[in-house]
Amino acid sequence: MNASTGVATRGPISRMLEREDALAFWLLVPTLVLLTLFIAYPFVVGVWLSLSNATVGEPGGFVGLKNFAKIWNDSIFRTAALNTFVYTGVTTVFKLALGLWLAVLLNRHFKGKAWIRAFILLPFIIPTVLSTLAWKWMFDPTFSVLNWLFWKLSIINTRIGWLSDPDLAMGCVIAVNVWRGVPFYAISLLAGLQTINPDLHEAAAIDGANRWQRFWHVTWPLLLPVTMVVVLFSVIQTFADFQLVYVLTGGGPANATHLFATYAYQIGIGTGLLSEGAAISLAMFPALLLVVIFQLWYIRRVENR
Amino acid sequence: MIEGAKWRKWLWFYLPLAMFILGLLFPFYWMVVTTLRPDGELYRPWNHAQYAPFWTSDPTLDHVKNLIQETLFGVWMWNTMLIALVATLISLLCGVIAGYALARLRFRYAGLLGTGIFITYLVPQTLLFIPLAEIIRNYRIGDTPWALILTYPTFLIPFCTWLMMGYFKTIPKELEECARIDGATRWQAMLYIIFPIAVPGILSAGIFAFTLSWNEFIYALVFLSSPEQKTVPVGVVSELIRGDVFYWGPLMAGALLGSIPVAFVYSFFVEHYVAGMTGSVKG
Repeated sequence: MNASTGVATRGPISRMLEREDALAFWLLVPTLVLLTLFIAYPFVVGVWLSLSNATVGEPGGFVGLKNFAKIWNDSIFRTAALNTFVYTGVTTVFKLALGLWLAVLLNRHFKGKAWIRAFILLPFIIPTVLSTLAWKWMFDPTFSVLNWLFWKLSIINTRIGWLSDPDLAMGCVIAVNVWRGVPFYAISLLAGLQTINPDLHEAAAIDGANRWQRFWHVTWPLLLPVTMVVVLFSVIQTFADFQLVYVLTGGGPANATHLFATYAYQIGIGTGLLSEGAAISLAMFPALLLVVIFQLWYIRRVENR
Repeated sequence: MIEGAKWRKWLWFYLPLAMFILGLLFPFYWMVVTTLRPDGELYRPWNHAQYAPFWTSDPTLDHVKNLIQETLFGVWMWNTMLIALVATLISLLCGVIAGYALARLRFRYAGLLGTGIFITYLVPQTLLFIPLAEIIRNYRIGDTPWALILTYPTFLIPFCTWLMMGYFKTIPKELEECARIDGATRWQAMLYIIFPIAVPGILSAGIFAFTLSWNEFIYALVFLSSPEQKTVPVGVVSELIRGDVFYWGPLMAGALLGSIPVAFVYSFFVEHYVAGMTGSVKG
């Protein structure tokens, strides 16, 4: 096609789309409309709900910060808040440590590596609710395969009610989250490891650095940017987790394993106190905002370096 | 490995790797064994003399039959598939063009919009499910597939946009410039030159988005109420658990069969999936 005929066949629409800002505008409209309708607007509605006394079917009126004052004095809410921080902190440490270990193992050459890598991601791929059901069955007090295993290994001699003891139940929830998250960490960190030039390791080895020193002074600093993004991303997901706890314990026993999200569900949807539920959900917002701001700052810093 | 004897390699490499594989895959094996186990064997206490955890002497498909005949499992599969496919298509369409605009075009507020979309990418579903439930009710689309088809893109589009932005940035600008010198419009250059090159990126985003929709739980749990509208995760949890009674055989059969479409798609596109996953965190 030569330039002059090209111009001749263009209609007004094509001519308008030649302008960069006009084209950009039309390309972004569908996304912006959907995100405004289903994220920005619900956020505003959520703030309004949390400041009202609405229940299901009752619009309610403005009550100020009454809902927040109420949940602040609610001992279950406090437990849920504490649980969420513990859950996020403990699982993140374990996921990072185990994920990094697995990534280092997978970074070697061995037979069947592609297969193993593909299979290892299964816990992350399979819908969480469905795999958590398998765990719930494994934690069943009467038919538990884990009880059998520990009994055979002579570690226990009576049965363990994995999900009926509050502390143990929290431990189980944490363990399942780690199980589900390790593959994501491992494969993401493996991608990071593979971008590191092996010559650097060789140079360090020639300079007399041992294996641990090579990891700590060569690998780790180069892996840090990827690690940070993976951790921050996973912290947000874990902090706002719902389905794992909902299926495994439902927040029990005696409300001991609630997280923000499961408690918000129980109050907002379970008992129909929309306003209070919205307030509990929104209580996650400050912590999430801090993580997002930190992440944006970190990405910008890495990009400008 | 340069240094070390053979037993060291076993101790530091094969042993930990085997433990990881065993730990990560055992629950799936357990799902399979439970599905095939007859009830008589299934409900044998852990300290029973004949407790045979790792195999079953007479495998049966009773639980699968039970699941398919007695519950709406087939309908849930169909619902989930339909919702996941439509939501993925909408999100891909929006995400690909938005990603192109943000990666390639210069316009006012480009940086601001990019940051805005990145922030929505990090908004978890659990932050907004209560107000969204109200909105869905007011729009009168509650308990229909539309409730999910329209809301799933809110977490899929930011993801697709983000991933595609990264992908478009790796395609040399010269390709478009050549096309434009040859007389193509901006629109044509985008549609006929850049998008075909971006197909691997689009596949990654699509597969990842599909698995995310299949995995979604809280919106489906809150926005749908009738059994024949439910998705697999919600249907299995709410219809096969009655109060304190768990139908473990059919439950595990449902968990197994419900995982198959995702595992199937994944098995064909492992590389694309991994690219999508690592691309989404690289930024």
